Amino acid sequence: MSKFVVENRIWDKEESLPRDELAVLQGTKLKETVERVQKVPFYEHAFAEAGVSPGQIRTLEDLQRLPFTTKADLREHYPLGMLAVDKADVARYHGSSGTTGKPTMVAYTHNDLKTWANLCARFLTGGGLLPAHSVQIAFGYGLFTGGFGLHYGVERVGASVIPAAAGNTPKQIMLMMDMQVDALVCTPSYALNISEFIIQNDIPRNALNLKYAHFGGEPWTEDMRTRIEDEMGILCFNNYGLSEVIGPGVSGECAVRDGMHISEDAFIVECINPETLEPVAPGEEGELVFTSLCKEAMPIIRYRTRDIASLNPEPCVCGRTTVRMSRVTGRSDDMLIIKGVNVYPSQIEQALLRVEGTAPHYLIEVDRPDRKDVVTVKVELTEETFSSSMKRMQELKDKIDRAIQGITGLRMNIELVSPNSLERFVGKAQRVIDHRKKK
Amino acid sequence: MKLKQLSVFLENKPGRLRELCSLLADNGINIITLSLADTEQFGILRLIVKDYDKAKSILDEKGFVAKLTDVIAVEVNDQPGGLSKILEIELKSGISVEYMYAFTIKSGENAVLLFRFDDMDKAVDALQQAGLNVLDSVELYQRAEG
Repeated sequence: MSKFVVENRIWDKEESLPRDELAVLQGTKLKETVERVQKVPFYEHAFAEAGVSPGQIRTLEDLQRLPFTTKADLREHYPLGMLAVDKADVARYHGSSGTTGKPTMVAYTHNDLKTWANLCARFLTGGGLLPAHSVQIAFGYGLFTGGFGLHYGVERVGASVIPAAAGNTPKQIMLMMDMQVDALVCTPSYALNISEFIIQNDIPRNALNLKYAHFGGEPWTEDMRTRIEDEMGILCFNNYGLSEVIGPGVSGECAVRDGMHISEDAFIVECINPETLEPVAPGEEGELVFTSLCKEAMPIIRYRTRDIASLNPEPCVCGRTTVRMSRVTGRSDDMLIIKGVNVYPSQIEQALLRVEGTAPHYLIEVDRPDRKDVVTVKVELTEETFSSSMKRMQELKDKIDRAIQGITGLRMNIELVSPNSLERFVGKAQRVIDHRKKK
Repeated sequence: MKLKQLSVFLENKPGRLRELCSLLADNGINIITLSLADTEQFGILRLIVKDYDKAKSILDEKGFVAKLTDVIAVEVNDQPGGLSKILEIELKSGISVEYMYAFTIKSGENAVLLFRFDDMDKAVDALQQAGLNVLDSVELYQRAEG
């Protein structure tokens, strides 16, 4: 565990507004945003189709009448169809790496860049950043919003940046040691690589002065947090963002580390059932939907993130009044409904990670042979886990079974298969075969 | 006094066992004896071959999960009571059998029993103290070749 203690600090007064004041502020900003997007032909049409005119949007409650925006809409209007200002007013472009073909381009005005840096400063401050600290950013610098977003956030706080960028692990560690870096910014999976390298090369823990890390860019688990914190002796903070909404800075953990505070003066968040599109109850998992309130270059209305998480409206002991979101537990695109229970492939992966010696290569097959859903999880065996004793093999299957049941609440058939027998994927993996759909 | 057994994971797919056998045959590896434990979904094949290292690397290369496991070979007279005598010894020393299989050897009146115990070292001691003929690898291959 880390000896480092994070003091509770709040960067902006907007983070702790009374809820009624926040609602008024959101309503006013929503009206402005709705007016702003009328310059975008896509929204003009979408509003007309939904039978709503900008004048009808007066308060926060009117949000429900507005149409959703999807990733497909953004792709269709590549590259700059969603731009709400003149190209001359754009200060910077970023893009999200599309898994297929072209990226989705996003744009920022000078004001947007200021807003963005400030939003990053908020979660960085909540997670320990002080002006005297130095922060190593091991995110890619480029179209990806992670590198530049965090970079200007750190500068906004008044701390110093070491823009190490992604990759070259030995050099990252050398810089952290020589520069006595206080904080690390990267993806959690890259932090695992760094930690592994440190252990393998017997680098003593006290050679580094690292106190904490801010992770983002991909979903991770509480198990991973424990592992990295134990191995590196640091505190790890989670933050969330996506380029379509602004980039990092949408939400982040405070010193309490019990959910990520969403900057609600900048975004309205909704959590919906991805099937019915109706809001889910607080604490229940659903798809997150964001509406931007401050963006000029590319405002976005009710953007369906496909990210599955839950919202916690309870006030936090840190003093912030903003709603907190849970970790992202999956993507609505690959959600399965088994016997009425929502299951994500990531949960199976999480379960397998808990069973020592199993490779996270798996395939989920769903069928309904007799009006009842049957799920089979094929798991690749490794030489280490294989035993010539039937009893041990049965124990391994039981362990996997229990881990999956513990996380999903469902019993699944576990089928052990030969290593490398399941298909490998470049890019996005296809982990599910749903035979029910063919029937 | 422990011997190497080649243990192979077999997915329950048609032709998988045949594929394995022909692979060994093509490489001139003779199977001295084998046992197959199976469930509905997979099987565990336990093989005694002379050139187990070579056999393992051939199987590894073809994507089989193969592992070398220690087993004990005991030679007994091929007559009633041979096995029960061994099991009695094990019972007394508090060791249990994970699995076993047997084969009779070409020339004589003896049979060879192959055992996997939960505590292999203790098992060897107990069997030898009881005066049983625990075979080493050279002896086993000699018996097998007749």
